[in-house]
Amino acid sequence: MPVTVKTFTSTHDAAAALSSDHSARYLGGGTLVMRALNEGDISISTVVRASDQAMTRVDASGSRITLGAGVTFARILAERDLAFLHAPARSIGGPAVRNMGTVGGNLFAPVPYGDFTVAMLALDAVVSVQGGLGGREIALEEFLQSRDRQAGTLVLAISFAKPGSADAFRYRKIARIKPKGGAVITLAAHLPVNGSRIVGARVALGSMAPTPIRARAAERALEGRALDASAINSAASAAVEGTSPGDNALASAWYRREIVGVHLRRLLSGQE
Amino acid sequence: MAKTALQFQHNGRDVAIFVDGGTNLLVALRELIGDMTPKFGCGQGGCGTCSVLIDGELHLSCLTLAEMVAGRSVETLDGIKDGPNLHPLQRAFADNFAAQCGYCTPGMLMAAKALLDRNPQPSRAEVVEAISGNICRCTGYEPIINAVLAAASGGRARA
Repeated sequence: MPVTVKTFTSTHDAAAALSSDHSARYLGGGTLVMRALNEGDISISTVVRASDQAMTRVDASGSRITLGAGVTFARILAERDLAFLHAPARSIGGPAVRNMGTVGGNLFAPVPYGDFTVAMLALDAVVSVQGGLGGREIALEEFLQSRDRQAGTLVLAISFAKPGSADAFRYRKIARIKPKGGAVITLAAHLPVNGSRIVGARVALGSMAPTPIRARAAERALEGRALDASAINSAASAAVEGTSPGDNALASAWYRREIVGVHLRRLLSGQE
Repeated sequence: MAKTALQFQHNGRDVAIFVDGGTNLLVALRELIGDMTPKFGCGQGGCGTCSVLIDGELHLSCLTLAEMVAGRSVETLDGIKDGPNLHPLQRAFADNFAAQCGYCTPGMLMAAKALLDRNPQPSRAEVVEAISGNICRCTGYEPIINAVLAAASGGRARA
């Protein structure tokens, strides 16, 4: 069924068009919205686009990094300053999907996709959104909790503090098809160290709930401790707490619950 | 609903068509321009057989809104041969038995071309990565990987 395509030069106008029409969806790279249209999704009658250059801007020079919502995964892979994000970017799709898929769109990607958002959640990212009434910043965790209601807001950018060291940020995606495939589970951890103690531990999981979630019990098990065998064991046994994975063709909920601790242990102990 | 006028370069030739809102590039190429080389596989971005180059970059035409290529250059498999002469990649695919049923072949060739255009001497791992978004259910991939490597080492010199 034909839809109306509205393209705006200003993000403000695009946001207004998006918020005033419940059947409007923002089209970024196309990997989610075009797929829905191809499948005959009649809930979408208007497609909104914005050509504002700010949507594709990368600011990675300082300690705080901002990625425009329209930045593609291929672009992230081309940025030397974003080397710590190359593993999550590379774990998504094949080259064509990485040339198309965007950071902003990934926030809306359902299980078994949305791997990059897991990395963003572990980095305590903040999402800049433009609604019909104005712009605001919202913590990514809060954004994900209300994701179903966010279709009417325009995501402008996502920002986060750069990890202090290369070792502080870790990422692991478990997939049955390598090098490409949907996730069985996805894990990311940010473990800033002060002295020898972890301060501000963040562990995020993908495909362990309808949206990426933080593994707070695992975070508590790591907080204030050195990253030794005992802390890793405690975090691994706590990884499954608070999760609610589902069954899909890649894995059952039972299997996901069984392996999440195993893979968190491997992630934290630096095993392949 | 009103149609939208769309102009772009198709294999180096300027084309102008009218598209319905929401039409994807694959439908525009096949049904409005008559280029049947990009195939419809899954419509979900999972199989890669609709792959084309947009301004030299590999894209999935089934997930590309046709209007997004306005003023840009779209290259399909139909454009890579030189008159009656096959492209070195096509010749290598034939020589290495890299096509069986042939359905994935257009996407495989475009993904391989995207790789060789920027990296003329790829490693085996780089070839595997380059075609990782393209599904083949016949060959087991090995003949395809060998064909791309053969084109990289020999075909380019002959081209």
